[in-house]
Amino acid sequence: MSVGTALVLVSHSAQLAAGLVEVAAQMAPDVDIRAAGGTDDGRVGTSFDLVEQAVTGALSAGADAVVVLTDLGSATLTAESVLEMLEDERVRLVDAPFVEATVAAAVAAQGGGDFDAVVAAAGTAVTGFAGSGEAGGATAGGPAADDGGARTRSLTLVNPLGLHARPAATVARTAAGFDAGVTINGVDAASVLALMSLGLTGGAEIEVSATGPQAEEALAAVVAEIESGFGET
Amino acid sequence: MADLGIDWALSWVRAAAATVTEHREHLLDLDRAIGDGDHGENMYRGFTAVLGKLDAAEPSTVGDVLKLVATTLMSTVGGAAGPLYGTAFLRGAKAADTDALDAAGVAAVLAAGLEGIVARGKAEVGDKTMVDAWTPAAAAAQHVADSGGSAAEALRAAADAARAGAESTDPLVARKGRASYLGERSAGHRDPGAESSALLLETAASAAGA
Repeated sequence: MSVGTALVLVSHSAQLAAGLVEVAAQMAPDVDIRAAGGTDDGRVGTSFDLVEQAVTGALSAGADAVVVLTDLGSATLTAESVLEMLEDERVRLVDAPFVEATVAAAVAAQGGGDFDAVVAAAGTAVTGFAGSGEAGGATAGGPAADDGGARTRSLTLVNPLGLHARPAATVARTAAGFDAGVTINGVDAASVLALMSLGLTGGAEIEVSATGPQAEEALAAVVAEIESGFGET
Repeated sequence: MADLGIDWALSWVRAAAATVTEHREHLLDLDRAIGDGDHGENMYRGFTAVLGKLDAAEPSTVGDVLKLVATTLMSTVGGAAGPLYGTAFLRGAKAADTDALDAAGVAAVLAAGLEGIVARGKAEVGDKTMVDAWTPAAAAAQHVADSGGSAAEALRAAADAARAGAESTDPLVARKGRASYLGERSAGHRDPGAESSALLLETAASAAGA
């Protein structure tokens, strides 16, 4: 299955870009994620040609849109130059923390999010991580305050490794699939970054809450995911 | 005085390649002092690659030549200089939409190049960057154009202003780029990008016979 929005990861290091593709692909197996790290001849730096090839490659492979993420400094300048040359409105650059933004964008793209949704997910990674879950808590604040409509379940995290990246992404995808506001220990369960920032390990007691029209279904689905142990038990 | 067409653009690029080759060590020394020590090598590699592509590409206008330089520098010059010069030449190519540049055309190309550098690098005058050479250069060319001078005179004025601008970076404390990490210790050294900018504009003026 191909997913609409592709990602291009631009780093000074080929290994860093490839490693991040590996991490993001585990959470978003159907998203076209391409690495453009290092220079043409394998040195540390960034290459206009490699970035351009990755972007045009993703487009010609059928991506509706491409979100470009960069690590720092001249990688951003190179990516901006490629965008200026291409003059293609289907390609956008997000200047945000490389790893966090890539993970957030990959999960959003995997969930079928459109161009704007993927860009927004990547952009909010800045506040999501800087606030260490605060941002997630803030967005969940509205529905959570409405105790009258909230449905809550307490359970134990059964998988040994806890809510690390892959399970967090699974939960976030499930939570985002319902017309409901779902929180885990007070943070937005649809945000993979907010979930990861909880640092929940195996055996942790957690509280899942849901509000909104599909609260019942969302709660049941998220609880089922967690109780299944994410294939680790 | 004649306007500047494809012949000028070709001689400029060939002269620029010779100049960055000649000043390779000097630019390396400047960049070792306050940067990551690769600017001379990068500029040499970039312009050598431009020379290699020039004959095969058969550019027919000034804009074609500038665009070829832009795309080649972007692909071959590492670090920030590639995208910065690449964008400058790319925007300059778009501004050079006639067969031959008069003084106003020269001023427009330089203004577009400066805009590209500022858009990409977000630097201002006084930050100890290429902008310190390009800003007075673009203004000087515009002044010549406004007072009825020739294209060659506009380039000469731009080259002289860029040279003075590059020298003005010596005492500055860097606020952008790698050198800014050094803080006060960046003062007392010339900015390598401002120096290479002055060299390129000098060759542009020389190629115009000014």
